[in-house]
Amino acid sequence: MKVTLHIWRQSRQSTKGDFAQDGRMVRYELDHVSADMSFLEMLDVLNEQLIHKGEEPVAFDHDCREGICGSCGVVIDGVPHGPERGTTTCQLHMRSFKDGAEIWVEPWRAAAFPVVRDLVVDRSSFDRVVQKGAFISVGTGAPQDANAIPVPKHDADRAFDAATCIGCGACVAACKNASAMLFVGAKVSHFMHLPQGRVEREQRARDLVAAMDREGFGNCTNQYECEAACPKEIPVRVIAEMNREFVRAKAVEEPASDKGTGGHG
Amino acid sequence: MNWLIDFWRSSIGGKVIMAITGLLLFGFVVAHLLGNLQLLSGPDKINAYAKMLHDLGPLLWVMRIGLLVVFVLHVATGIRLARANKAARPVAYAKEATIQASFASRSMVLSGLSLLVFVVYHLLHFTLGVTNPGHSALKAAGAGGHDVYAMVTASFSVPAIAIAYMAFQAVLFLHLSHGVQSLAQTLGLNHRRYSPMVRTLAYLLAAAIAGGNAFLPFAVLSGIVKVAS
Repeated sequence: MKVTLHIWRQSRQSTKGDFAQDGRMVRYELDHVSADMSFLEMLDVLNEQLIHKGEEPVAFDHDCREGICGSCGVVIDGVPHGPERGTTTCQLHMRSFKDGAEIWVEPWRAAAFPVVRDLVVDRSSFDRVVQKGAFISVGTGAPQDANAIPVPKHDADRAFDAATCIGCGACVAACKNASAMLFVGAKVSHFMHLPQGRVEREQRARDLVAAMDREGFGNCTNQYECEAACPKEIPVRVIAEMNREFVRAKAVEEPASDKGTGGHG
Repeated sequence: MNWLIDFWRSSIGGKVIMAITGLLLFGFVVAHLLGNLQLLSGPDKINAYAKMLHDLGPLLWVMRIGLLVVFVLHVATGIRLARANKAARPVAYAKEATIQASFASRSMVLSGLSLLVFVVYHLLHFTLGVTNPGHSALKAAGAGGHDVYAMVTASFSVPAIAIAYMAFQAVLFLHLSHGVQSLAQTLGLNHRRYSPMVRTLAYLLAAAIAGGNAFLPFAVLSGIVKVAS
């Protein structure tokens, strides 16, 4: 099959003052594309041709190409990871497009995800949020017996729904406000349903939301584009859970002077 | 006080303020509609209602100031969040697409600002009597100074005014249809058992309120409600 691609090309890293730099959409014609190629393989073929012509290949992120690592991800025709639901870009195949299709390929667009080059964005803002509390801070020691802490099936399922997040950033890219609330909600939800996570639930909710706000993500307006774009189909329920956890954590927060006193007398 | 300011400035704090003030404003709109529907029962009923509200005296002012504070909070927080949202995406997509966001949800800022314009006009028209002083004069002239019936029917018998009021109800429908379901999600009420119901209820309530409000100018214009002689 034959496709016409419009790809965002940007040679310099985005800065706060100049986000787009020299970025622009460039048109490429590509013939002899197999319907069985993945979207990334199609880009590989394009890059081969560009290299043969002595041009710069298109930079894009990828790693496992099995849909589990969260590295890949481009916005295809305005939709992160392209037209198929619950699918990463690497698992999207060219059979999802018509022969002769015009395809727009852009990087995730968010202030918190500066473009490094072409389709590659810097997602370390996610890492900084995770570092603020999307973990359990206990000395775990030797592995515990698997069923030492009983977790009801329903809770385990809820936690696992959120734990499937691969941190790709499609939720931010899809959101009309570039909000990261599905990602951060997934972290909150992941831990709030487990007994090990409940110990630090208030601190976690406060710290994660504060970290998210610092990174310059937008605010959720409950349009649910994130849920539809998420390759792991994480539900917007996790955002409601985060809202609840955050309000609760704020309501029970102790004044700074009272922290860590370990009770009275 | 720091924790309160932190909450206020946080993204979720801002959302919660939008949800709670939105809920209060929704309550006001319901009460406003129920009060005004008394127009259908004739001049005595609605004029007595107007006198009762007026006779509340200081309590009326407490309610008015409370409503104003809630309204200003809703508008100001909405503008603050909308600006932050705009800043969060410095470069727009060359190819924009929407997967499942409703038209109403995508036009909340625009519908909200339109309603702000409408509310200002509505107050200038009926409450302050600036745009049509003749209509307000009718109110002062009859029924012990509370002849709301004469004022409203005279106003809505002007086709341009009646049509403008009805058009803004369509905007109110849009705003409420997303707002009501959105505030439930923001306040953490999301459950597969009732969320689909909340969504349907939001459309029904929005339609009932906008429809009820729009019916009054329609009723006057079509002669169902007689203009005071």
